[in-house]
Amino acid sequence: MRIEGVPASAGYAEGPLFDLGRPAGIYASKASSAEEKAALEASIDKAVKRLVAMVETADSDAAGILEFHIAMLEDDALSGPAFTSIASGKPADAAWRQALDAEIAGYEASDQDYFRARATDLRDIRDQVLRALTEDGGRTAPAGAILCGEDIAPTRFLEIDWSHGGGIALRAGSTASHVAMLARSRGVPMVVGLREPLAAVAGTALLDAEHGAIVLAPSPAEIGSFRRSSSAFAARQGDAETFLARPAATKRGTAVRVQVNIADPRDVDAIDIATCDGVGLMRTEFLFGKTLPDEETQYRAYRKVLEWAGEKPVTIRTVDAGGDKPVPGFTVEEGNPFLGLRGIRLSLARLDIFRVQIRALLRAAPHGNLKVMFPMIATPEEYERAAALFAEQHAALAARDIAQRMPPLGIMVEVPSVAIAPEAFAGVAFLSIGSNDLTQYVMAAARDNAAVAHLNSVSHPAVLRLIGSVASFGRENGIPVSLCGDAGGDPAAIASLLEAGLRDLSVAPAQLAMAKAAIADVPV
Amino acid sequence: MSATAEATVLITHDVGLHARPSVKFTKLAKSFAADVEIALAANGPWFDAKSIVKVMAAKAPKGTVLHIRANGDGADDAIRALIELVQRDFDEDAGHVRSA
Repeated sequence: MRIEGVPASAGYAEGPLFDLGRPAGIYASKASSAEEKAALEASIDKAVKRLVAMVETADSDAAGILEFHIAMLEDDALSGPAFTSIASGKPADAAWRQALDAEIAGYEASDQDYFRARATDLRDIRDQVLRALTEDGGRTAPAGAILCGEDIAPTRFLEIDWSHGGGIALRAGSTASHVAMLARSRGVPMVVGLREPLAAVAGTALLDAEHGAIVLAPSPAEIGSFRRSSSAFAARQGDAETFLARPAATKRGTAVRVQVNIADPRDVDAIDIATCDGVGLMRTEFLFGKTLPDEETQYRAYRKVLEWAGEKPVTIRTVDAGGDKPVPGFTVEEGNPFLGLRGIRLSLARLDIFRVQIRALLRAAPHGNLKVMFPMIATPEEYERAAALFAEQHAALAARDIAQRMPPLGIMVEVPSVAIAPEAFAGVAFLSIGSNDLTQYVMAAARDNAAVAHLNSVSHPAVLRLIGSVASFGRENGIPVSLCGDAGGDPAAIASLLEAGLRDLSVAPAQLAMAKAAIADVPV
Repeated sequence: MSATAEATVLITHDVGLHARPSVKFTKLAKSFAADVEIALAANGPWFDAKSIVKVMAAKAPKGTVLHIRANGDGADDAIRALIELVQRDFDEDAGHVRSA
């Protein structure tokens, strides 16, 4: 039986299923409160040691979380109430659970989102010690297992030795979750959003996290076809790595620029600048997560990436809030958000917020090779208004003698009006095709709606024809054209994009090697 | 040598004295012999600055004026070091708020 889901980390795994929801072992009470006390002390110690071992191999994000857990566990103020209950006769597991539940309730009662969210960490801390107390081996997944269930906690992911293979299949979960990020960086295959529950979790299963599916009780034919796909994937990956360090070129030697898309300044810490031609898209929505960022915060974020890239270009997109990316205090509630006040429309409606971002960009510009682009442009007037605001803020900063530079200003090509009639934009410095939005608007298929996902294909002739005509317009008028949507990193779409005339793609960092390898196969 | 010192500092970090900053704050406090306490108001309640559980329980958001007091050996040094840590935004980079 095959159950479809959404790929969160590409790869293949074949192995025994392991139920993440399997109940923990049962705690065996001890004979005296002295033994209960010793059992709790030993279990806290065991949990700390495991976390310390995990920190050694964790990246900085994961290490930050783990170090917080360690500090909490090492603090006597956390365990104090549990030891008091043990002294009065309670068993260690119940005493610990009661003490931690009281602490968790305190966080849950907070009126601040941030502190309320820490209740999850406290639950994780509670369960790590309970697990150590009830250790019986029953909760440890066998090597190479496919872990399945509703969701998985980051620490659970980090405790597992993935060197023997294995994978993750979740009913819930998200491709944007912390675990999905970790899975991609370690190459652990992961599928989320399985459409049906895994009825009987037992036996061997096949996890296809390249396309997003799990096959239960596979037939010999299914196993054969799975293994062929799996080895083809491994071969492609192995080959791809050898392309990473070289500049990309097609089969005929035509040079293709390959840049990266980043969503957070910290993303660049894991990328070697020598492997790419710059940043084709730096999103700025990350800054607008919970509160509106001040100028200094933005300036520091932009400057970090510009300094990392050195002479290579960094194309920063002004905030593209709205649509499927609401920001409290900024975006508006709308019946049809993808067709509403989003991208440049929202920025031009909220000039107070836009001007802050413009100033931060102007001030960051001298620190590297900055280019700025506007999202969701539909008419030349929008571009002209945005450019005029840059000129206005440039003059204001100059009057105050503040270091700054005017960057080249370009636009995203994602609204069909621009792709159909690009001649209205002959004055822009560059064009960057946002293939995700362009496709959803051309096909009238929302990209967050799984029911119409089959329509959302960049390879549809209508979409490719528009991309081709934008590429020719750019060539004829000396305006650089690039593409920064997911299609740029999709090996299946790359040939069509190059055939349509594009020579500049921007892809997710994880797809860099595969994209370069796919380019080398294209005969243009 | 024993001494008492007290000072205040404004928390400018985006989400306040949260998990990662608290780890740094308590680690630094523990490096001093003096007793160190924090409060969100001059009249308390006071929390042990060497306990991350207590520091987190203070739930100090951005914009809080943090009161710090120390008593014992190196009290002045402890206060100075902790104030500087808060003023440096706990040595964290910008942009820790990630959108979904």
